Amino acid sequence: MAVEIQGRVLIDGAAAGRVLRLAEPISFWGGVDPTSGTVIQPAHADAGRNVAGTVLALPGTVGSSSSSAIMLELVREGVAPAAVVLAEADAILALGVVVAGELGLPCPPVLVADIDAMRTGMDAEISAGGIIRLGQ
Amino acid sequence: MSLSLTDEEAAWLGGDAGDGRAMAMRVLAEAARFLGADQLIEISSAHIDSCLYHGDGGVLFAEKLAGGGAGVAVPATLNVGALDLGNPGRVRGDAHYLAMARRQMDAYLEMGCRPSWTCAPYQAGHRPAAGAQVAWGESNAIAFVNSVLGARSERYGDFLDICCAVAGRAPFVGLHRTQNRAARLVLDVSGLSPALRELEAFYPVLGALLGREAGSAVAAVTGLPATLGEDRLKAMGAAAASTGTVGLFHVVGVTPEAPTLEAALQGAAAERRIDVTAEMIRAARDGLSDGGDGPLDCVALGSPHFSEAETRELVRLSEGASFRVPVYVCTGRHVIERIEADGTRRQLEARGVEFVVDTCVVVTPILAGIDGLMMTNSAKFAHYARPNTGYGVVFGSLADCVASAAAGRVTRDEAAWR
Repeated sequence: MAVEIQGRVLIDGAAAGRVLRLAEPISFWGGVDPTSGTVIQPAHADAGRNVAGTVLALPGTVGSSSSSAIMLELVREGVAPAAVVLAEADAILALGVVVAGELGLPCPPVLVADIDAMRTGMDAEISAGGIIRLGQ
Repeated sequence: MSLSLTDEEAAWLGGDAGDGRAMAMRVLAEAARFLGADQLIEISSAHIDSCLYHGDGGVLFAEKLAGGGAGVAVPATLNVGALDLGNPGRVRGDAHYLAMARRQMDAYLEMGCRPSWTCAPYQAGHRPAAGAQVAWGESNAIAFVNSVLGARSERYGDFLDICCAVAGRAPFVGLHRTQNRAARLVLDVSGLSPALRELEAFYPVLGALLGREAGSAVAAVTGLPATLGEDRLKAMGAAAASTGTVGLFHVVGVTPEAPTLEAALQGAAAERRIDVTAEMIRAARDGLSDGGDGPLDCVALGSPHFSEAETRELVRLSEGASFRVPVYVCTGRHVIERIEADGTRRQLEARGVEFVVDTCVVVTPILAGIDGLMMTNSAKFAHYARPNTGYGVVFGSLADCVASAAAGRVTRDEAAWR
């Protein structure tokens, strides 16, 4: 059964991919390798997983404001998530995407939404205006 | 709620003041939308953390801004870069890394920022007045400018700090507004022994505890000596901004917005109150070490950058010592100029100190190898050493660090912590 969630749009756009839902908040700076997209934060529950091409559901972000620079690098290196869905608004990650846009790079949509129904491995489709459709 | 701009701001956004200013305004307007701001506020100073190299995107961004004719509209100091400009062999990057890090630093100079290259700009002459609206980046600098100087900055990060400086504006939200500066949490340390509260190493530990308890909330600390010096407040704020996202804290009887606890709370009741115990302090201290107590590979001091007073304390504590492992002292050129003039630098180097200037050992590759054991008196270094350098870390006082560097292995004086 398909589930539809309406998110608040930080960065608008359409995308599709498999959901990667992180089990706990993360700092992109020091927590995600900007050249590969691999989660490298020591002792993070999802360490070793890769965010590239996923619909990344984040329960929260912590730590450094340099996370916007890491988000920009992920986009530039072609290993960014296809879309980011934040449980809590985070200007820092979204700002990295704004700067990517200023540099003429493709911008993954960034939404704020209830991520409770999002489980790792589900198919997700995001359409303009902030609608998230979840499949199996 | 949507952002309303003045006619002047709208004209900048439209390109009337050049492509660079327009680009800064576009980024700023997007940030204001994310943050829910309905207006921008004029700022009088900025501290820029965006000059540190994290990858080529940051270089391209800065060069596009500068290339569009952007210049800072307010006095702006620069945080550390990825290079020790006076000692080109210091940083172990490949040719691409070194060249791009330099290009990034140069782009910020081109925009008119001051070559301060320090995370302690407030000890290098950049001291906004209490109540001034500013846009500062770098977590320890933000905590200091808000808490100790009483100026008002939200927590600005990469890209946004320079866009604020170019526009001379910031989104009018968060810590720019009086009501958001009230303490909601109270940490009372008056139950701790006076001896513990006298220790230099108590302050970064207390900061680490504060950050973990407060998260992003504003806390007030009661029970600290009224004579508390700036270096201790610096260490405490840097720690709190590492373990939490603390942008402002109050120390009752010490910091400008907290002459009394009632003033710090702005007349409201505290939402939470914590009576800090010696056990909590010991646990917070132990939480700063993950490296065991074997042979030591280096000591790292100066996060935030060492002050002149801290270098003099190091001279005093290391009298007659000869270090068996490198003792890195990270500092800014504002300190180096002074300690070169009177021979202090040479004296410390003769004992085994290696000065790292304009940058630091945790943000750029300087240390030998990708693992090892580091000792530090900085809670911030302790927090970031493992993820950024691969080194294990042991926290200790400055005196512990000196004794350990001389012995080549970890040794700590436990007396006052019991």
